[in-house]
Amino acid sequence: MAAVKTSSGAEAGLTALAASLRGVTKAYDNGVMALGPLDLAVRKGEFISLLGPSGCGKSTALRLIAELSAPSSGTVRVARHEGEVLPGHGIGFVFQEPTLMPWTSVRENVRLPLRLAGVAKAEARARADEALASVGLADFADAFPRELSGGMKMRVSLARALVTDPDILLMDEPFAALDEITRFRLNNDLLALWRALGKTVIFVTHSVFESVYLSQRVVVMTARPGRIQADIRIETVEPRGEEFRTSAAYSDYCRKVSAALAPSYSGQSTL
Amino acid sequence: MSAQAAITAKPSGAQRAMRFVLPVIVFAAGLLAWELVVRVKDIPPYVLPAPSVIVLTLIKDWAVLSQSLAATLLTTLEGFVAASIGGIALALLFNQSKWVEYSLFPYAIVLQVTPVIAIAPLLLIYLEQQTAVVVCAFIVAFFPVLSNTTLGLNSVDRNLSGLFQLYGASPQQTLRFLKLPAALPYILGGLRIAGGLSLIGAVVAEIAAGTAGAGSGLAYRIAESGYRLNIPRMFAALLLLSLAGIVIYGVLALVSHLVLRRWHESALGKDN
Repeated sequence: MAAVKTSSGAEAGLTALAASLRGVTKAYDNGVMALGPLDLAVRKGEFISLLGPSGCGKSTALRLIAELSAPSSGTVRVARHEGEVLPGHGIGFVFQEPTLMPWTSVRENVRLPLRLAGVAKAEARARADEALASVGLADFADAFPRELSGGMKMRVSLARALVTDPDILLMDEPFAALDEITRFRLNNDLLALWRALGKTVIFVTHSVFESVYLSQRVVVMTARPGRIQADIRIETVEPRGEEFRTSAAYSDYCRKVSAALAPSYSGQSTL
Repeated sequence: MSAQAAITAKPSGAQRAMRFVLPVIVFAAGLLAWELVVRVKDIPPYVLPAPSVIVLTLIKDWAVLSQSLAATLLTTLEGFVAASIGGIALALLFNQSKWVEYSLFPYAIVLQVTPVIAIAPLLLIYLEQQTAVVVCAFIVAFFPVLSNTTLGLNSVDRNLSGLFQLYGASPQQTLRFLKLPAALPYILGGLRIAGGLSLIGAVVAEIAAGTAGAGSGLAYRIAESGYRLNIPRMFAALLLLSLAGIVIYGVLALVSHLVLRRWHESALGKDN
């Protein structure tokens, strides 16, 4: 990784931070509190999951980090590359849906962030093909999104998020709509990518099992307004694989995370 | 979708053929009955001409009628082009600024709901005849383009908008790479309606102009032939107008299909 600086030296501590939220709140236009106050620090290269019930503001937190919306109070800091001039290129965002442009090819979809930044066509195409290859879709560059399965569309979406070589990958329940077999495969592929590329990943999910399987840290959030209920570190032998998914340690962690999540649901009986 | 797939899955070849053959049979039977009634009852051509007489008239008067057809088609085309450009441009303007939309949209509606046949005589007073006719075609055709394009520009996927925002896209980039492509199916739908409507607008204005004096379009021929009790020629001109309308619709539907065939649901059909 290139030399990086955090926006505030005091926050850096021993390990550099990729993103930090301090006393962040978000209220909707109608005055309902969606989030916070929330304090969260994410180290560089960390894989962290935000887990919580629907409507607890975990997607909102992600949108705040991506600067897609502004916090009502508090500060959001995201570390930037020294040389980063292109807007948004420090962050890759994967939405809940694949969010592809149906009118153009897979390659053009992946090339979009570079095209918007004015990267020369030849270079952008090469980088798009590279990103597609990294998610195993090199042969589908000329296909149209509608010709792909749900899992493949999600891979394209991931390739597009990676094409700018971002420091942080924000993922908003990306695999929620997929079948379990596809989800397991994508989980493994995502872990392999994370190990290979060393990105910081902030992964929003409502699946206890997914969060434990994937992340180094599971941040359990309360029901609206979303605050941090528990911050659980998942420690196991890396690299993780299918044997972890069936291990006793895995089910212990799942039980622990579920227990931390339970109060959020008990208060929601009116739903 | 699934019902359509089920229908077309099994007897696709035979059924497709029948969709063409059946209307043709009905059409032929109708013509035959018409021809027979006229001959058996010995109805004079100035009351009801037989289909054969209409076809003969079409051939005999081709020199006059083809000129009129060309005149009407030119008017239609000019009105259509003006409506397409005007409708899309205004919709883009509305999309850029809510204030412009609030200020002007009511007048677009007023223009749409006022019957063009009532506006035509006024336009003929203030404008040169040919211009007035084109303006009529424009007025009738432009609203569907405007409203469809507006709808399309407002139907952009919210997440895709967020993505463009995330990557710092400029308003021009967002328009070119996101809004216009997303609106394209709607725009093409609007154009398909506008094609037929501009022909109607042209005909209405020609009739209004015809009663006021000179004219050379097909609608003028119909009015003129009516005064002269040349009923076969009226029918021949009417036939040409119908054919022109069908061709215009067919061409625009084909263009729409070709543009959208690789990605839009409407053009995909059964081959999943």
